[in-house]
Amino acid sequence: MSYEVLQTIWFVLIAILWIGFFFLEGFDFGVGMLLPFLGKKDEERRAIINTIGPHWDGNEVWLLTAGGATFAAFPQWYATLFSGFYPALFLLLVGLILRGVAFEFRSKDANPKWRTLWDWAIFVGSFLPALLLGVAFANLARGVPIDNTMTYTGNLLTLLNPYGLLGGLMTVAAFLLHGAIFIAMKVEGDISERATAFARKAWIVVVVLSVLMVVATYFYTDLVERLGINPGIIPLAGIAAILLSGLFIHRKRYGWAFGMTSLMVVLTVATAFLIMFPRVMISTTDPAFSLTISNASSSQYTLTVMTIVAAIFTPIVLIYQGWTYWIFRKRITADPKKLIY
Amino acid sequence: MDPVLLSRWQFAITTVYHFFFVPLTLGLGWFVAIMQTRYYRTGDETYRKMTKFWGKLFLINFAMGVVTGIVQEFQFGMNWSEYSRYVGDIFGAPLAIEALLAFFLESTFLGLWIFGENKVPKGVHLASIWLVAIGSNLSALWILIANGWMQHPVGFEINAVTGRAQLVDFFALIGSPKAWLFFWHTISSGLVTAAFFVLGISAWHLFRKNKDERVFKVSFQMAAIIGMIALVSVGLAGHTQGQELVTNQPMKMASIEALWETEQPASFSIITIGDLTGKNLVWEWRVPKLLSFIACNNFDCEVRGVNDIQAEYEQQYGPGDYVPLMVITYWTFRLMFGAGIIMFLVALFALFLTFRNWPNKAMKWLKWMPLMIALPYIANSTGWILTETGRQPWIVQGLLKVEDAVSPNLGAGTILMSLIGFTVVYAALMVADLYLLTKYAKAGPDAALKESVDVAPTLVGTEN
Repeated sequence: MSYEVLQTIWFVLIAILWIGFFFLEGFDFGVGMLLPFLGKKDEERRAIINTIGPHWDGNEVWLLTAGGATFAAFPQWYATLFSGFYPALFLLLVGLILRGVAFEFRSKDANPKWRTLWDWAIFVGSFLPALLLGVAFANLARGVPIDNTMTYTGNLLTLLNPYGLLGGLMTVAAFLLHGAIFIAMKVEGDISERATAFARKAWIVVVVLSVLMVVATYFYTDLVERLGINPGIIPLAGIAAILLSGLFIHRKRYGWAFGMTSLMVVLTVATAFLIMFPRVMISTTDPAFSLTISNASSSQYTLTVMTIVAAIFTPIVLIYQGWTYWIFRKRITADPKKLIY
Repeated sequence: MDPVLLSRWQFAITTVYHFFFVPLTLGLGWFVAIMQTRYYRTGDETYRKMTKFWGKLFLINFAMGVVTGIVQEFQFGMNWSEYSRYVGDIFGAPLAIEALLAFFLESTFLGLWIFGENKVPKGVHLASIWLVAIGSNLSALWILIANGWMQHPVGFEINAVTGRAQLVDFFALIGSPKAWLFFWHTISSGLVTAAFFVLGISAWHLFRKNKDERVFKVSFQMAAIIGMIALVSVGLAGHTQGQELVTNQPMKMASIEALWETEQPASFSIITIGDLTGKNLVWEWRVPKLLSFIACNNFDCEVRGVNDIQAEYEQQYGPGDYVPLMVITYWTFRLMFGAGIIMFLVALFALFLTFRNWPNKAMKWLKWMPLMIALPYIANSTGWILTETGRQPWIVQGLLKVEDAVSPNLGAGTILMSLIGFTVVYAALMVADLYLLTKYAKAGPDAALKESVDVAPTLVGTEN
């Protein structure tokens, strides 16, 4: 395969990894943020955690793989992004560390204070990454100051511009909605009702934020000159999915509603990558300083090797990860008699 | 403060901390898999209790290894962006493959193992713990391939235009003897760590005459046998690695031995008291010719000293100090090696106990066994500190220096903030981790079984 084709393939693969991560860990983060609010009693909280219990770790590997794939295929992108967004990534890591440990530790001691502490660790560890990833992706689409040595020249405050913050709010709200519908779908009884009631309110917030986001995207990014006033099917379908999800929530068709919020997440992240392509880090200092799939990529040899590895192993991973979702497809109850220890 | 130094401290703290948990994950996974296999085959309740008890401790430890591992994946780019640019073409590949091949495997099947006991056939449940053990050890292989390349770069060329290292032979990278020696040493150390963990906790219960005596006697015997085999394996790996060092990283070898001048035959320093410069010697104890044997399996060969190699490197790479911090390399090696010797004696004692049918006279010594759990941890940490600091001033041996590898955009304040942040969070988590490990280790098998009320009023999964 030609060098350009390989570079494009890896841009698309990394986009898919991020999209997969946002889709999977998106409802995970939502569930984590909702845990202290939707779970009134201890067994209810356990039931809520159990909706993602077998999956959250595997979901998080999508992030690690996205990071690893970026390092392997576009080392310059990895270097500029990770060193540039350093403080945000530090907070993201602290969040993920607390969250992962909390899932494992919270039920291993019966002391209510111990459990409450870890439940809030799950909340913080879900909220911080959700917020920061939104801020990060909005800034990736908008562009950040990068000099002629591919070095980021801003700081944390540079990222916290209005568009970045709006992106952060958008991901938090979207993941809350996505997670609430997931809980409504996966748990029986009261919790499902509470999650539905929450999803109805969250949906309104998501719609409002989406409108703001669409408008802001026309102003803050170069979407118009790149994709035109009519940005094409992907962003438009994303908006349609958001609207449709409201209808399905109202009719309590949770499977469909979840399908719609999934589409919303997938298509929104895809739009961010569409805005970026073929750039991977947009420089606001000078467009000529932007990192692109050609100046940021690994050698043709490395990309070829990695393509072969990915072609062999990605289908295997998808099959067994999908299979475990099938195993745990049934609804969970918070009835203590039916909970096993 | 110097950003390079701060980034080095952060890398050292986060990595040593991460590797506190990893060896136990690597080794204990095999233990639990073997226990469950024996339960699967025999239906013997003892093995079910063993699986549950050690499995619970495995899970508590596993979580810590996973979350601290995420930092590893990110911090090359965060603190070492120039390194990432320079080596990304080569180094990124094993990292990405590690995630794709190993992380998905271990995390997905661990979820299935924890939550799926009543949802999948027994054989599938058993297979899932084996896949977890395979996945975590595979992950060790790929990260060691990456690290092996930093110690001894192979299969690359320097791109004339960009001046960066570029992969030209993937199979040279993954077939690097350095990496496979690391892998041999590391998985053996993992088994040693798990063995001592099991020995120590079992001994504690046996000493207190726990009602589940059989559970702990069987565990103890299994750990004694595996521990001894793994210790011999570590020793052989270490010896082979010493000889590889002489060829590929002679400076590391010389600084481990505080060997300033080239000697033929070379003597081995058991203890040197002085300032390690070779100039102000207070007292030393050396064994003649032993270093020659360590270096090349015969008692007469020449082993090159620090001064010689320094002169050669100055010619090759220009002026500079190419000597690692010898006080660290010298003493970490002796701590690692000393811990290994004591572990060997302890393992002999453990074998004696089990094969002499637990003689009463010897049982009082079991009291000291839990303390021995510290030994593999000392050896694991000092071993890696030795490996990494022995490469200084290089981040990639002979190609890139540490000082040229840091992210240029980071100020000292930013790094100091994250350094303090990670340290505080890690310290707090260590307290919680040790609390839970101790609690479950002391509580015995009953607490790890589903029926346990104290431990879990409402827990894990549902029946439907």
